[in-house]
Amino acid sequence: MGLDIRWPIGLMFSLIGALLIIEGAVAGGATSVTGLPLGANVNLLWGILLLIFGVLMLLGALRASHKKPEGGEGNNRSHAPAGGA
Amino acid sequence: MQPIHLAWVDYAILLAYTAFVIGIGWTLRRFLKTSADYLTSGRSIPAWVTGLAFMAANLGALELVGMAANGAQYGIATAHFYWVGAIPAMIFLAVFMMPFYYGSKARSVPEYLNMRFDYRTRCLNSITFAVMTVFSSGISMDALARLLNLLLGWDYNFALLVTSAVVLVYVLKGGLTSAIYTEVLQFFMIVLGFAPVVWLGMKDIGGWHVLKENLQTVASNNGYAPDAWSSAWKPILAGASSNPMGVGVFPMVFGLGFVLSFGYWCTNFLVVQRAMAAKDMSAARRTPLIAAVPKMLFPALVILPGMIAVALAIMPTKSYRLPSVSIPDSAWAAVMADIQSATPATAETAFAKIQQDVHLHFDKAKIADLIRANTASPLPQDTLKARLQDAVTDTYYNGVILSLVTRYCPSGLLGLALTALLASFMSGMAGNVTAFNTIWTYDLYQAYIAKDKSDRHYFIVGQATTVVGIILSIFCAYFASHYSNAMNIVQLVFGFVNAPLFATFLLGMFWARTTATGAFLGLLGGTLTSAVFHALTLASGDLPGIKGGYWWSLTGHAVPPLCQMPSEMAQNFWLASFAFTVCFLLTIGISLVTRQTKTNEELKGLVYSLTPKIKDHEQHFLLRPAVLGVILLIACAILNILFW
Repeated sequence: MGLDIRWPIGLMFSLIGALLIIEGAVAGGATSVTGLPLGANVNLLWGILLLIFGVLMLLGALRASHKKPEGGEGNNRSHAPAGGA
Repeated sequence: MQPIHLAWVDYAILLAYTAFVIGIGWTLRRFLKTSADYLTSGRSIPAWVTGLAFMAANLGALELVGMAANGAQYGIATAHFYWVGAIPAMIFLAVFMMPFYYGSKARSVPEYLNMRFDYRTRCLNSITFAVMTVFSSGISMDALARLLNLLLGWDYNFALLVTSAVVLVYVLKGGLTSAIYTEVLQFFMIVLGFAPVVWLGMKDIGGWHVLKENLQTVASNNGYAPDAWSSAWKPILAGASSNPMGVGVFPMVFGLGFVLSFGYWCTNFLVVQRAMAAKDMSAARRTPLIAAVPKMLFPALVILPGMIAVALAIMPTKSYRLPSVSIPDSAWAAVMADIQSATPATAETAFAKIQQDVHLHFDKAKIADLIRANTASPLPQDTLKARLQDAVTDTYYNGVILSLVTRYCPSGLLGLALTALLASFMSGMAGNVTAFNTIWTYDLYQAYIAKDKSDRHYFIVGQATTVVGIILSIFCAYFASHYSNAMNIVQLVFGFVNAPLFATFLLGMFWARTTATGAFLGLLGGTLTSAVFHALTLASGDLPGIKGGYWWSLTGHAVPPLCQMPSEMAQNFWLASFAFTVCFLLTIGISLVTRQTKTNEELKGLVYSLTPKIKDHEQHFLLRPAVLGVILLIACAILNILFW
């Protein structure tokens, strides 16, 4: 319905991924808040994964918006597919 | 539970999520022109979105917390709530029932009932459902506010009002579409927020085989066969006394797998509404099927942590303890007095008195040590309190998931996991409020109060109802937090109403001869059966009263063996089985002796025998609902066999 849901999903997870990467790089992420050693910088690793996920979502949304021109926002809304099939 | 210290990054993630959900609501508002857009999304949403929303709407935070708790208490058998207790029903809904819900153009489940039967069943269903959604929403918000208070030290009122305000903004602006989109966001948050915890947990334990070995020790320690925690079916097949759930195979398969499962997934408007918002019939039918895929795999995300926790707890090198029940505020004065007045000579009696004062179990050795230390030289208040709390041996299973989150997450991932938890609480409120909205505006207001107003009027009423719904939810939250026993009664009554419901729909959709009177009286009869069954039966270890069995104590008898249930879960499943059967038989019987008030023409599209079959031939073979359904059933069966 007018807004392809992949935009907010992609943007949000890219942002969160970036936040985790920054935290991982600056403050580390190899120890939990209760002091357990984790063996790897999980903030960095998971942050990268989230960023990739977010970017993939954004690419999907971008592709969909190029395939069908975003016309008729007010017309025929009930017929226009939204959010990509 | 120790308060958790959050770092800047955790707050940043929380803020990002909040900003995005409000932003979604705000962006959607200019696309909403009609009441149908606002309340039913104007049937415009693609199947993958409605599919994930369908699953996420059901996935409240109480479930996230509760499933980990159940995983700890019952092991992999908890997966039955996801496997036998959901998948068949979701497939049935998709293949057989969606054509009637979607094809009838009913805007809600009660509206379908009105078309098929008459105003009586519609009224009964819409009123009970409306009340249920408001209470469910309130329970979600109360649990969230208490969690934020416990974990982050936020004031309960502040937490409740702020989170309600966030939900209000995005639902008010964006309507059902907003709720659906944020549910999809929530779905990804939960998967991506909890997956690291499971991954790190499995790494910590050392893999599935080590987990299984330790679960065997847990099972034996608790007096069950070694596979009781790691095998889903064998302990159930062995009978109620052989598994920690206390449930045998019949109540599990019929009570849970059929009656309760189909009763929820096939008739509960909260989830069905998401499927009805799909852009066309084929998308609507694929919605529950798409939802079934993550549903099948979710035990790995939500149940496995619980199993990991109980295994960790018995591994001495892991230094992990299951969270214990907190000593309630009201009991501290008495307990402190007991400890202060105790000496090593009176340790026995002091120990007994402490247990009695708090209604909890304590570790005798630790209490004895504490008394000795305190008598030698008086300890400061805080140390006494901490050591007393440490000596509690009753496990607080609902705290398991959070204890694992804090065990494994650094700041950063911690914020992600907590935001995921928060997200599911908030969407519990949003989902219930949007369902309440539609039911109130169309099934109660438009149907009985103000019939022929303009669409603009109903649009505004819909928005106003959002505000009212949230306010009512807040009241229910306060009610739940102060009157937990009354709340239990409320939920009990909802259970009575839900148990027989599927019989009414099943007969309505598949037997044209079902009459309106038969349906209405059958439903009432089934609900009454639930209440009577509850009054007559009691689970072992419970006292007569709100748990049931009060008929016997009122008439001065003991509960007879036939009415004794091995566990509350068993009682629940048997209750459902009886209520369903009575409703089913009563509906058939009364229908046969009453006149059918609808013509065949009126019933076309509402009943199986009077509706032209949907031709799926134009679709690709693998996309046809029936074919997808079979594939999913086979996949589900494989999972059941793998964890037999």
